[in-house]
Amino acid sequence: MIKIYVDMDKCQHYGQCVFEAPEVFQLNADDKLEYQAEAPDDLLADLESAADVCPMQAIFLTKE
Amino acid sequence: MTDAPLLIVGASMAGLRTAEGARRAGYAGPITFLGAEAHAPYNRPPLSKELLQTEGQGHADVAFPIRSALEEGVEWVLGRAAAALDVERRVVVDETGQEHPYSALVIATGLRPKPLPIDDHGLGGIYVLRTLDDAVALRGALRPGANVVILGSGFVGCEIAATAAKNGANVSIVSQSRVPLQRALGSQLGAEMRRRHEAHGVRFFCGESLFGLVGDPDVERVILTSGVMLECDVLVVAIGSDPNTEWLQGSGLDVSDGVLVDAGLRAIGVDGTVHPEIVAVGDVARYANPLFDDVPRRVEHWNLPTETGKRAGGILAAQLAGQDCAPLVAEGFAPLPSFWSDQYDAHVLAFGMTYLADRSELVAGSLDDECVLEYYRGDELVGVCGIGMRSTVQSYRTRFAAPARA
Repeated sequence: MIKIYVDMDKCQHYGQCVFEAPEVFQLNADDKLEYQAEAPDDLLADLESAADVCPMQAIFLTKE
Repeated sequence: MTDAPLLIVGASMAGLRTAEGARRAGYAGPITFLGAEAHAPYNRPPLSKELLQTEGQGHADVAFPIRSALEEGVEWVLGRAAAALDVERRVVVDETGQEHPYSALVIATGLRPKPLPIDDHGLGGIYVLRTLDDAVALRGALRPGANVVILGSGFVGCEIAATAAKNGANVSIVSQSRVPLQRALGSQLGAEMRRRHEAHGVRFFCGESLFGLVGDPDVERVILTSGVMLECDVLVVAIGSDPNTEWLQGSGLDVSDGVLVDAGLRAIGVDGTVHPEIVAVGDVARYANPLFDDVPRRVEHWNLPTETGKRAGGILAAQLAGQDCAPLVAEGFAPLPSFWSDQYDAHVLAFGMTYLADRSELVAGSLDDECVLEYYRGDELVGVCGIGMRSTVQSYRTRFAAPARA
């Protein structure tokens, strides 16, 4: 399992992560980021890509 | 030479992503980073924003995490610039004269700010912003009440202006352009960004340049070409960048404007031959993007170091494993540039190559609030930019994935 943490003080809701890992990250109707706090291991590459493209570098991943 | 490492010159985001890309593609051998800066790779955008306004922030606040794939088999040689490349012997010589042999080479030396275009007479109080050390030095000078003159009205200049104005400095922007951000955002949005800066007290001197400096030992006033004189405690030079390729002069690579590379990010020699064991990534690489045309360009947008690094790392891993790279290269490389900028409460987000456009068109919202503009070169959509309205801007991403013409 991969734990996902987004620093919402940093996050500016640019939504770049949504395109890399749509299973985990979504923009809601108000253009605000929502995300799941856990994801299966096979999403690791997508989640790393999402963390890579975050303009604010606000996405943190830990492997359980 | 099989024991020689994958050598990455430039301990940068692009270099880091290349190393990760190589590991992901199965390269398990040694990796060496040779970096001119004393710091491990860090994220540059906060340098003109959060880090510039927050006393005490440093490398830890902007450093990229080093993933487990790079915890072993990686050597960091920091604070040492590369001085020369010998393509025949597969060796990079650093500024101390030490030789670094390589099995494959990643050129990730990036850019440096263009210097003040007039004689600085050795005066203090003159700053640029590219590195973490630059940002820390500038932060110390941006006191409330300071008279700050920024030469240049691109993203770096405008973001510094916004940060300094918020911090209580008296900010003036001097620029040869008619409006700020003209090259990237066009006249329409540029004029609106000027209005927003002026609402925060920033003064603009457009169509102007510097004629001279007055002061001793630090700059005290600047004289513009029109004769206007401005009080100046802090002069920031933000008029663009030059690629760090001096160390490649005489190497046989084409470094006429950055490092010319093919669709596999592999360096091309002045004689036109491809060097399969040498790639260039990030801001220093010059390549054609078939989403737009076949003209090789250096593109300085933030997502491209990652895009180029991932791809180059995968191709180098295949090369080092003795595989045929031709199919990988033939897949083509057509990354969609994206950039953003935070100035006051304006969150600007753009996709594409807006500065190839000859016109922009407001298609949603209103300029003085949230809005979306399309950018056209002739009839062709080449970019989109919004203030706010994220979902609308995001929806354009697929519009650029149109049939590549390569």
